[in-house]
Amino acid sequence: MTREEVLQDLKDKFKGDITNVFEKSVKRVYIDIRPEAITRMAKYIFYDLGARFNIASGVDVRYHMEILYHFTIEEINLLISFRVALDKAKLEIDSLAPLFEAANWIEREINELLGIKFKGHPDMRRLLLPAEWPQGVYPLRRDYEEWDKSAIRDRGV
Amino acid sequence: MAKTIVPIGPYHPLQEEPEFFTLTVEGEKIAAVDVSVGYNHRGIEKLSEMKTFDQSTFVIERICGICSTSHPYAYTRAVEDIIPVEVPDRAKYIRTIIAEGERIHSHLLWLGLAGHFLGYNTVFMWAWKLREEILDVMEILSGNRNNYAMFKPGGVRRDIKSGDIPGVIRKIDSIVPTLEMLKKAVMDDPVLHARTKGVGILTKEEAKGYSALGPTARASGVARDVRKDAPYGAYDKVEWKMIVTQNGDVFDKVLLRVLEMLESAKIMKACLSNLPQGDIDLRLKDIPPGEGIGCAEAPRGEVFHYVRSDGTNRPARHKVRAPTFMNLPTYKSTIVGETISDATIILAAIDPCYCCTERVAVRNVKGKKLYNGEDLVRLSQEKTEKIRKSMK
Amino acid sequence: MSMKLKALLKSPWVFHLSTGSCNNCDIEVLDCLTPRFDIERFGMILAGSIKHADVLLVTGSCNRKSMIRVKRLYEQVPKPCLVVAIGECALSRGMFMHSYNCPVPLDKVIPVDVYVPGCPPKPEAMISAVVKLIEKIKKEKLEGSSKRK
Repeated sequence: MTREEVLQDLKDKFKGDITNVFEKSVKRVYIDIRPEAITRMAKYIFYDLGARFNIASGVDVRYHMEILYHFTIEEINLLISFRVALDKAKLEIDSLAPLFEAANWIEREINELLGIKFKGHPDMRRLLLPAEWPQGVYPLRRDYEEWDKSAIRDRGV
Repeated sequence: MAKTIVPIGPYHPLQEEPEFFTLTVEGEKIAAVDVSVGYNHRGIEKLSEMKTFDQSTFVIERICGICSTSHPYAYTRAVEDIIPVEVPDRAKYIRTIIAEGERIHSHLLWLGLAGHFLGYNTVFMWAWKLREEILDVMEILSGNRNNYAMFKPGGVRRDIKSGDIPGVIRKIDSIVPTLEMLKKAVMDDPVLHARTKGVGILTKEEAKGYSALGPTARASGVARDVRKDAPYGAYDKVEWKMIVTQNGDVFDKVLLRVLEMLESAKIMKACLSNLPQGDIDLRLKDIPPGEGIGCAEAPRGEVFHYVRSDGTNRPARHKVRAPTFMNLPTYKSTIVGETISDATIILAAIDPCYCCTERVAVRNVKGKKLYNGEDLVRLSQEKTEKIRKSMK
Repeated sequence: MSMKLKALLKSPWVFHLSTGSCNNCDIEVLDCLTPRFDIERFGMILAGSIKHADVLLVTGSCNRKSMIRVKRLYEQVPKPCLVVAIGECALSRGMFMHSYNCPVPLDKVIPVDVYVPGCPPKPEAMISAVVKLIEKIKKEKLEGSSKRK
């Protein structure tokens, strides 16, 4: 399939789920989708279109949280990013880890650094932060403030 | 049979992320593995958001000392993708030269340690001696043995002087015969075959499922290389071929890395002798709001950077994905069912860390110590010795 | 100076500990072992276990998760033990000073004897640091001012 066919195919298959398509360049396409659709769209692009899961990245943009799921279709050299916007009051989305193993760790990471819940994740333990890190403090959020009063932030000179 | 838990880690002198492995073993066979990371987490993504686009390059460089070119490469490409701009040709060539030099030194480093685990300390010393030569080349080109600080958004910081080029090419020429010798040694050595063939196999389907990258994927027959798939830098301007092997075992990973070093030497030489004239920097001023994605093929696989700008002089969000993040979970399929004496080399084969074995301690459930790290390396080395004797 | 310290100075066995470094210092430490620098000619050797070590080479900016481990490992080293902090991260955390996961510099966690600046320091610098350390202790012994046991 060529680049246009892939994009048309996605648009036809998931008409109700896609809210916006932004073609940044020949190599990059950003597709805004509804959060409920992520599992079926990821399943389709990973297994049927043979894409590779690059990574997901969570972003705190003032009024909501965004997760971008980056997929590369190597044959046509196209990087498709699914953009999901989550309401800050309800930070929940379906987990992709049961679909493919590659999403396992990144969801654990996003969960602890941004505090987004992944429903149905098989193993939601902490990945990076230590055990004494307080619950409910997420370092990559915009409103993060230092919680550890004993930390030294100067060079002592 | 009673299950025994083997903790490996978390400290080992030579890896990107100090990991902590918990192997569950039944007698000699490994039944399950669990990985815990975070011993190296320094919050670089957050730090990068506190610095300007130009300063961030230096933070990014210090994500990993071995990949200290690949990360800035991917980052600068991501920033250039926001605008978007293309860097001048001369800058592209210089970037490629530095990236390939890094690949040679990283693979040599890995080869030496893999040799150490198999009981070939000669390989360790030889590979690292050879590595000094390539570090000299890097010192001539960039001024430092590691952390080259050559990259900046829009170009490179330092030019390659035309007077240096003949000397550097001579140096690379002197490395190639030794690499050829290494290749021959790997292909011919029956002991190495016995120790690594059919060990720790990652099948093609599994490699795809884990989205494995770099040599880990290529050794399993997945032809995946950013340098070929989405050529950047000077990779589409010089002749080279992607190395792919089919079996996915440790032997294929060793062979693949040795062959890749030869290709890298070829690319370096071609770039140095065809270095175009011109500017090396675009002198970018403002970064407009937007998003950019940059990829680069590190020695371990694809490095992926996502940068979002909101129009200020700092990145609003910077996401870094190192290749080991995707490659590490493949342990779940490679290590289960193998014996303990093969564990060290399988853990090393993915090239995340090598010296984990220095801190291994095998304990049974009651807490009685059975083996420590040295014993595990000894076990591995004894097995090699046994095979060697039986072949005589 | 005790018998133990005297023996230690003849051939210090080093143990290398990474507490969240970028790896460069670690590679340079290992580089010291290989043919070009070859610290074995000074009687130094990289010990496989903390229990065999006389000198701790610590690299990295000491993050929250590894801090606990460093403390525990330091308790396990047979004393007397000397600590060398290698690289800018181990000295003052360098550019990681404002990182949420690196709260304090290394010398607030364990006592440090020698600091080797650089990012990364060259192998020559590390060798010279250990040599200086040995000289320092010998001098302390002559002046009788050593607080070490």
